Amino acid sequence: MSDITKQSLSELVENIKGKKLSSSEITKAFVERSEKSKELNAYITEDYANALNKAKTFDEKPNLDLKFPGIPMAVKDLFCTKDLRTTAGSKILNNFVPTYESTVTQNIWNEGAILMGKLNCDEFAMGSSNETSFFGNVQNPIDKNLVPGGSSGGSSSAVAAQLTPITIGTDTGGSIRQPASFTGTVGLKPTYGSCSRYGIVAFASSLDQAGPMAQNVKDCALLQEVISTYDEKDSTSIDFKRNEYSKELTKDIKGKKIGIPKEYRVDGMPKEIEVLWKKGIEYAKDCGAEIIDISLPHTNYALPTYYIVAPAEASSNLARYDGVKYGFRAEGENLIDMYEKTRSEGFGAEVQRRIMIGTYVLSSGYYDAYYLKAQKVRKLIKNDFDDAYKKVDAILTPSTPSSAFKIGEKTNDPVSMYLNDIFTVPVNLAGLPGISIPAGHDAKGYPLGLQIIGKAFDEQNILNIAYAMEEKINFKNNITDWWIK
Amino acid sequence: MSIDLKTIKHISKLSRISVDEKKAEKLAGDLNSIFDFIEKLNELKTDNVEPLTSVAETTLKLRSDEVKSKNLRDQVIKNSPKENEDYFVVPKVIE
Repeated sequence: MSDITKQSLSELVENIKGKKLSSSEITKAFVERSEKSKELNAYITEDYANALNKAKTFDEKPNLDLKFPGIPMAVKDLFCTKDLRTTAGSKILNNFVPTYESTVTQNIWNEGAILMGKLNCDEFAMGSSNETSFFGNVQNPIDKNLVPGGSSGGSSSAVAAQLTPITIGTDTGGSIRQPASFTGTVGLKPTYGSCSRYGIVAFASSLDQAGPMAQNVKDCALLQEVISTYDEKDSTSIDFKRNEYSKELTKDIKGKKIGIPKEYRVDGMPKEIEVLWKKGIEYAKDCGAEIIDISLPHTNYALPTYYIVAPAEASSNLARYDGVKYGFRAEGENLIDMYEKTRSEGFGAEVQRRIMIGTYVLSSGYYDAYYLKAQKVRKLIKNDFDDAYKKVDAILTPSTPSSAFKIGEKTNDPVSMYLNDIFTVPVNLAGLPGISIPAGHDAKGYPLGLQIIGKAFDEQNILNIAYAMEEKINFKNNITDWWIK
Repeated sequence: MSIDLKTIKHISKLSRISVDEKKAEKLAGDLNSIFDFIEKLNELKTDNVEPLTSVAETTLKLRSDEVKSKNLRDQVIKNSPKENEDYFVVPKVIE
């Protein structure tokens, strides 16, 4: 049984289509491994019994023309799943059972996949280490007491530990790419407007995107072509011609121009990140790409911009949690008292901090100085990318300024935690697609990732570059199953 | 700049999040260090820059004005912490 969970999504699909494996066999293997892996705390809600039943039903009349025929899958607990509790990692949604399904997950089930459960994440996706979750820390399967990254920390841990063949996360400032980098997995943040936001618990609506997290680039392409659809239920969904990303995947990237932004050489960056980046440049050259030095002059302003825009949007989005219509309610002496107690007891410290920042920058007298200013700088950041893409087809950077850190190491210093997203945040601000691929290890043996940033709607190109580089890098994740007794 | 306790109390009121003295002091410290970091934006001159409100350069699509989902009352009320027949129940607001 154990070797079933070692297979990639593509292999499992092939084996089920070739009738070498049944959905029940595959689902049972992943459920058993998930049950043995409780110490990782990757799941918030398990739905194993239903998954096994659905697998049995699938096997009775298998439709093998689907893209994910009878494949089990756990998803981040930010996606609303009909009739299965959806918490967003928050106490305030502890008992929330959606009566509708998110478009992205519906697309996945339409292709035959089976929901196994909901994966842990930072509360309302606000965090870079999964430590803000109401449901506790998630362990990185790479090493004990190491964070799996965040906010999609349960997702990255579950894919790296092979508790699910593949999964989806969401990325507002790096929440797919940073955890992928910390766990030696592949994570794609698509172009803004590529995947519908309908049914995803909202954090910062002008930045949020769903995307695949996988063991390899091919699997990632396969899931991206399923989740990326135009959706009239999301007014920011964009109607563009989407590729069949996995079919059009090619390692031929000869002559592609790849930009290296000098501003990403930040102060205090560990030497091993610099070395990794240089190696990445060599790999890209080996694949036939042309390397071009570029400048993204406003890079240093991206994080301060993000920490105005994202909390501002969050403070507005999270106004809906008032203890009246759904979720947790604390009793109060009157209506206002009930609101204030509900939100004070229902939200965790980081979420409260961000609501307060957002409320402040939007408040009377401060709007122009902060929010409007940030929107203007956001324009400058986007202009930087527009200028760069006149010269290059894609941009190569490190995914994160360090490898994964220990649980508790950065919890007392919000700004040092925010610095984790220094290379990923500009991509969200500009609405571009970015992919993180594992590219090496640091001295401690922890994985490090490289990020490839593309033009808007050019997912195919960055997937191709990632696919070609993946072969050259030949990364092997070193996971010992230390948590299985 | 510096965010004092009075400002924290004001923001907490606007945010509808109750804070006691201890929490207010912690928040003041955190917010001050975050705003020190945000102040960096003032290095940039942005007088002639158009603010970016959406990265998606599309206009909203029009659709016909039809009711597509009906009879959702039970679903809407289903997750309510407290309800009475078809209504959400809240503490008394009118004496």
